[in-house]
Amino acid sequence: MLQELSWKVGGQQGEGIDSTGKTFSSSLNRMGYFIYSYRHFSSRIKGGHTNDKVRVSTVQRFSSADKLDILLAFDQETIDFNGHELRAGGVVVADAKFNPVLPANIADDVILFSIPFTKLAEQNGASIMKNMVALGATAFVMGLSPDFCAAELQSKFGKKSQKIVDQNLAAVQAGYDAMKAQGQDFPELHLAPATPDKHLFLIGNDAIGFGALAAGVKIMPAYPITPASDVMEYLIKKLPQVGGVVVQTEDEIAALTMTIGASYAGSRTLTATSGPGLSLMMEAMGLAGMTETPVVIIDTQRGGPSTGLPTKHEQSDMNAVLFGTHGEIPKIVLAPATAEECFTATVDAFNYAEKYQCPTILITDLALSLASQSAKMFDYDYVTIDRGSLADPADLAKVVPGEMFKRYAHTSDGVSPRVFPGQKGGLHHVTGVEHNEVGRPDEGQANHVKMMDKRLGKLKGVELPNSVTYQGSENPDVLLVGVGSSYGPIGEALERLQQAGLSVGHAHVHVLSPFPVKALGDRMKNAKQVIVAESNATGQLFHLIRFHGLSHPEMQSYTKYDGTPFVPGEIENKVKGSMIEWQR
Amino acid sequence: MAILADFKAEKPTWCPGCGDFGVLNALQRASVELGLDPEEMVVVSGIGCSGKLSAYFGSYGLHSIHGRSLPTAQGVKLANRELTVLAAGGDGDGFGIGLGHFIHAMRRNIDITYLVMDNHIYGLTTGQTSPTSDAGMITKTAPTGAVEEPVHPLHLALVTGCGFVAQGFSGDIVQLATIVKRAIAHKGFSFVNIFSPCVTYNKQNTYEFYKSHVKKVEDDPTYDAGNRFAALERVTEANALLTGVLYEGDRVTFEDGHAKYSTKGLATQEHTLSDDDYVKLLADFR
Repeated sequence: MLQELSWKVGGQQGEGIDSTGKTFSSSLNRMGYFIYSYRHFSSRIKGGHTNDKVRVSTVQRFSSADKLDILLAFDQETIDFNGHELRAGGVVVADAKFNPVLPANIADDVILFSIPFTKLAEQNGASIMKNMVALGATAFVMGLSPDFCAAELQSKFGKKSQKIVDQNLAAVQAGYDAMKAQGQDFPELHLAPATPDKHLFLIGNDAIGFGALAAGVKIMPAYPITPASDVMEYLIKKLPQVGGVVVQTEDEIAALTMTIGASYAGSRTLTATSGPGLSLMMEAMGLAGMTETPVVIIDTQRGGPSTGLPTKHEQSDMNAVLFGTHGEIPKIVLAPATAEECFTATVDAFNYAEKYQCPTILITDLALSLASQSAKMFDYDYVTIDRGSLADPADLAKVVPGEMFKRYAHTSDGVSPRVFPGQKGGLHHVTGVEHNEVGRPDEGQANHVKMMDKRLGKLKGVELPNSVTYQGSENPDVLLVGVGSSYGPIGEALERLQQAGLSVGHAHVHVLSPFPVKALGDRMKNAKQVIVAESNATGQLFHLIRFHGLSHPEMQSYTKYDGTPFVPGEIENKVKGSMIEWQR
Repeated sequence: MAILADFKAEKPTWCPGCGDFGVLNALQRASVELGLDPEEMVVVSGIGCSGKLSAYFGSYGLHSIHGRSLPTAQGVKLANRELTVLAAGGDGDGFGIGLGHFIHAMRRNIDITYLVMDNHIYGLTTGQTSPTSDAGMITKTAPTGAVEEPVHPLHLALVTGCGFVAQGFSGDIVQLATIVKRAIAHKGFSFVNIFSPCVTYNKQNTYEFYKSHVKKVEDDPTYDAGNRFAALERVTEANALLTGVLYEGDRVTFEDGHAKYSTKGLATQEHTLSDDDYVKLLADFR
């Protein structure tokens, strides 16, 4: 009996690989298992290898597994491309149609079963159901009942027609029977029963979209881009239900300036993009900073530079997000690590943006944004809406006709009360030109210094709550530092290293700006060695830590930038290797 | 009821005689005549001499970045459709760096009014060629004369399906105020191109030039402002030196096209999601 199992389905893009993975994952999630599913895909619609790697576990996991137990193949390329991931004793179930063979580089004892997926599907109604046949075969290997996906198929096709549901279920049964007829049982691949605990199943981008709704967002201007588009596509369906609207803009410059206009006018508004779009937003980000307009921008990082690797994982926009736009403005940059946190951080992002009246960027990475994962139920009570400092109507009534409201009044914390157009007594001017308290251009030396200090002062010395989370020994031999979706693989590596009796710790950074100098510094102080693990080539987080004056004599950068996220084993080996080296 | 003085703000710093004064005056008159409340209006401007309009007009004002007054203004309107929203820019701002937004704002048809102060030159940067500079015009950046074909804003608007296309002249404030009134009253995106002479850097497209060359469509009983293709023909024949409302037609606005989009301003509404809606929405992820 396995507490967890790693499964992958692969084939050509456009032949239903996604939906096979989705049906498999959703069905098991419904049964109470925790799922983490990561898709490998390319920037094309039809053709090219694609696969979905699904981890099924009795406990919550935030990363793909190191190895594979079961590989479901619809073509030989799938076996050749992914075979090396199979562990000894793993199983390949492939469509007999292409006469599958095992390549030479495969682990010992991997067994290949050739099952006529396509033929059985045709016999049951249509070749398109070959993936259902394959799911049936998988069910037998894993010791699941052939109706494990009945509820999912019912909810997927039931509204269309019962006949489709029945045909699909018959196809699943046919695959199950065909696998059974091979005469071999796989008790070592059977899954331990799950605790019937209901949890959500979604991608990080869904959690962001839902978080935005919960935060009261009504407008989203955005331009489609992988891997951000899902946020927009989710809100296109949902915003009309709350009287709101999504605008598909002509470009990302329009997306952000429209967001600025709507936020200025008083509506909570967000936009979402990825690297290339982020670059286009830079000038407008400065306008939001200069005019103290709260805006929320989602940046889902993908492989760069330029068009880069549009469908692959990377964490290389951090420098651009933190240091981008000309001139100097305050910015809040939140980096959630899990789907649950995508929800809470989105809610927080709006409150922080309005509290500090500055651009707030929620930075994710492709693995976090797109991996389908089980998540604990989102807590309604977490949601609060804090619109920050707003002008008191009594004060507005005191504004003398002909005088302007001091939208940029100097205050002790640098935050000035806002008014929205349409409010009586609130007339003022807003401009990206340096300005005085009522928003009129003022290029005076003293004024510029005072206004710069006001804007930048809003975040001076601020450390946001929960900006660093920590697990592990209090005084670790090795401290691992990460950001974003590497929370999963680092956390799991930590578990394994601790089980091996090693003294390790994991500090995860959840806020990149204002940088948690104290919270991280305290952890670094107690460690003998520090390893900063991140998915980019130049060690952006590593250098950011040093930029903020934190240093450690034994601090090293561990980067990965091949387009795939870390798996726990890589981190585990890195730590073991560096401990040996250090002991020398 | 607001009076002219209510629409005045800071004293303009435009060069004496600048055409932009006429635009400001016409907008102030139109606002008074329409009975608008300055506190219910937002003027969003871009960068350039034209960009200063938002500071000189006595409503809420938002001075955006170069070329981006249109998307910014559309955002304001979407957040609160109860406001009267205007976008303003110049020929460099609107037909150079921001041209893409112009076409998409016309397609999108959000109910705002766009005033372009077209002086055929870059004024604030002291006299470079603009997208509407006439072919052959000599400037700092075209010392031997502009060789590029100018942008034709009226043609562009007419073929893009803009529901309200007009042109005015700063030297005729009475006509311009009437045009602006109609533009604001028009439901949907309305575009007013305004010949607004630059007295410092453009010695070619002067008040005198326009006074002697421009014809008003009001004076021509055969002009049909309800016919887009006829308008295109007449504008072409007149080398675009026509003023007045050149075309007005009905089109569904972006706001009305989205049936569930709130009829009230979103900014003023409750932001909290009810417990019930929360649970229902979360049920999608099971």
